[in-house]
Amino acid sequence: MELLNQIFIEPFQTMYALPDLLLQTLWEGFVAGTLYSLIALGFVLIFKASGVFNFAQGIMVVFAALVLVGVHALGVNAYLAVLITLGVMALLAMTVVRVVLKPLVNQPDIILFMATIGLTYILIAGGQLVFGGEPKAMITEELGLPTGSSDWEVGGGIVIFQHIDIAAAVIAVILIAGLAIFFNKTRVGRALRAVADDHQAALSVGISLEYIWMVVWFAAGVVALTAGIMWAAKSDVSFALQVVALKALPVLVLGGFTSIPGAIIGGLIIGLGEKVFELYWGSTILGGGTEAWFAFIIALLFLLYRPEGLFGEKLIERI
Amino acid sequence: MLLPERLGGNYMLKKMILGAASLAVAGSMYTTTPSFAEDTLYIPSLSYRTGAFAGAGTPIANGFADYFAMLNARDGGIGGAKIVLEECETGYKADKGVECYEATKGNGALAYNPYSTGITLQLIPKAPVDEIPILSMGYGLSAAAIGEKFPWTFNYPASYWSQMSSILKYIDSNGGIKGKKIGFIYLDVGYGREPIPLLDQLAPEMGFEWVGFPVAGKDMQNQAATWLNVRKERPDWMIAWSFGAMTPTAVKEAAKIRFPMDKFIGNWWSGAHADLEPVGAPGKGYLAANFSGIGTDFPALQDVLKHVVDAGKSQAAKEDIGKVNYNRGLFNAVIMAEAIRAAQAKTGKKAITGADMRLGLESFVLDEARLKEIGLEGFTAPVVGSCADHEGAGSIFLQQWNGSDWERVSDLIAPMTEVVKPLLEAAADSYVKEQADWKTQSCG
Repeated sequence: MELLNQIFIEPFQTMYALPDLLLQTLWEGFVAGTLYSLIALGFVLIFKASGVFNFAQGIMVVFAALVLVGVHALGVNAYLAVLITLGVMALLAMTVVRVVLKPLVNQPDIILFMATIGLTYILIAGGQLVFGGEPKAMITEELGLPTGSSDWEVGGGIVIFQHIDIAAAVIAVILIAGLAIFFNKTRVGRALRAVADDHQAALSVGISLEYIWMVVWFAAGVVALTAGIMWAAKSDVSFALQVVALKALPVLVLGGFTSIPGAIIGGLIIGLGEKVFELYWGSTILGGGTEAWFAFIIALLFLLYRPEGLFGEKLIERI
Repeated sequence: MLLPERLGGNYMLKKMILGAASLAVAGSMYTTTPSFAEDTLYIPSLSYRTGAFAGAGTPIANGFADYFAMLNARDGGIGGAKIVLEECETGYKADKGVECYEATKGNGALAYNPYSTGITLQLIPKAPVDEIPILSMGYGLSAAAIGEKFPWTFNYPASYWSQMSSILKYIDSNGGIKGKKIGFIYLDVGYGREPIPLLDQLAPEMGFEWVGFPVAGKDMQNQAATWLNVRKERPDWMIAWSFGAMTPTAVKEAAKIRFPMDKFIGNWWSGAHADLEPVGAPGKGYLAANFSGIGTDFPALQDVLKHVVDAGKSQAAKEDIGKVNYNRGLFNAVIMAEAIRAAQAKTGKKAITGADMRLGLESFVLDEARLKEIGLEGFTAPVVGSCADHEGAGSIFLQQWNGSDWERVSDLIAPMTEVVKPLLEAAADSYVKEQADWKTQSCG
């Protein structure tokens, strides 16, 4: 009886009694969701163009943030440091395509996946060798990102909006929209979709696979840098940050590995779902800490009942 | 190109050269059998300069290495025997820690300082078999404080349980603890869960209520929901058993929900410079326990600067000397050095063994007079080795973040030994009962 009360009555009573807490929870879930979407987008772009599941996306988030902070520490202006970091990510994209992917064309997907695991270790070791393993502060103010907060009084309580969270959500939405437009409305975007549909057909009409791969790896680098700045502003720049990117996996399962809208919706569902579940059910019934696995349980359910995800293409194979 | 201080010039170049040199040395380690001169003292250092916790592991390893390097340079070692320190990278992973242990124990290791509760738990059963003591300084298994049950494991200067009791005492003396709600946010691994039995025991005795907020390892930097829970529960005080990136994230989230910082206390692994520097001003007022001094205003630290850092023999940047975790590593080396001296005096040997070292760890005296003699007056509370008490029941002090640095804000706070000791004894009994052929000792 107590359990039924904790599941069906108490959470809703708390929501009603503390509307400010509910709104705060939804806001935190939305902010986390947009950042999950952003990280997931990095995976989707590369998967769509090359069929490669890029295991290195998480460490790319850390690596981009480390390069930015490291270059700025050399006395370079913050905005110039962003441009230099973008240059480094472009160089990384070129190197990955020429040194890792190109020699492995026509190899099974699992080989390419393993290659990205290798890339992860190279980026971890390279990052630690050059920048050291110590955590570093993100240059939030130097980048002109807002600090401080605004309050909104609701039902006798307050909802606190951190300005950095607002900025994170706005930037993530703009970037996601920009990438969606770029890949849907431009010539390069159409070429990417052609490559995603059929490599050989795309090659036969003169689309350069190498060029498209470089573009998507660079786009994934831009996404990684943005996610790195925003997430590190909430904590610090450290190698532990790469684990946050793992949250993109259930997002991908939910949204589908090839769908940009899927990555967005999936990210928001996971972000909002895990926060609401933890606060109203997880902490009271299961002792808390449910954020660590909630998203994966949702992903598991989707794998059982809708393995292609919400927006993924249904795979039909002739046997 | 001339590069500025922290990430620049000589520092970065030095790191790259050291990195390349480390690779070369690591390569050679696997192809040659190390041989050490007869009159040497071999100390393996299980360090983690890589991975998610490198921010803590690097300065600790530097402080540990630099004190021994100073003793070698200034005094020619300890008791006429040079110290040979060999680092082995664990990445804070238990399996790597065990690999390091197995790879180095045959070289005449005097003791192991694992710097990870996970690794310590793996090594505790090995210590009596290989006769090499474990010194888990202020971490590891709290029950190891009972020397009669754990002859080969030490956790000077205090166990986690003693530390928690000191923190609760501090709360009690700052407005009273009776009727208060204490929030306990912890890394959801063995280390973070370690003080829970003590909280369960003390809550009814002291009249407070406690509520736990576990944070999974992979959510260290993703704590928004946890702190929404804190906001819902409205605790009067928060205590953190965090590590690595979990600490700055927790402090930032606490600031975000406007939890009063001077009612938020971290343990001694949650209060390093690396933890609060990324937070800066919003963390002003946050408190943390500590048992080793801050800064370089100690003659021993000055000797380290003179003989090691200025001589270019340290891996640490000069501005990092004297920071919390650097001094923690240095203090660990001090206890090791004092135990070596005690063992040499007891056995009359220059080059001692692991078994001799165990005797040293049970008989060293680091009282106020000795602390002054070695240039560390006021650095820490006195610690005296003993057969029965392997934690020393050492006192802690609290330090407070002023927005840019740590400041000591309390006198030494002794643990509630009368409450903690019976719990430690019960836990030690329980551990020993589960082991087959466990050897205890009698301390008379």
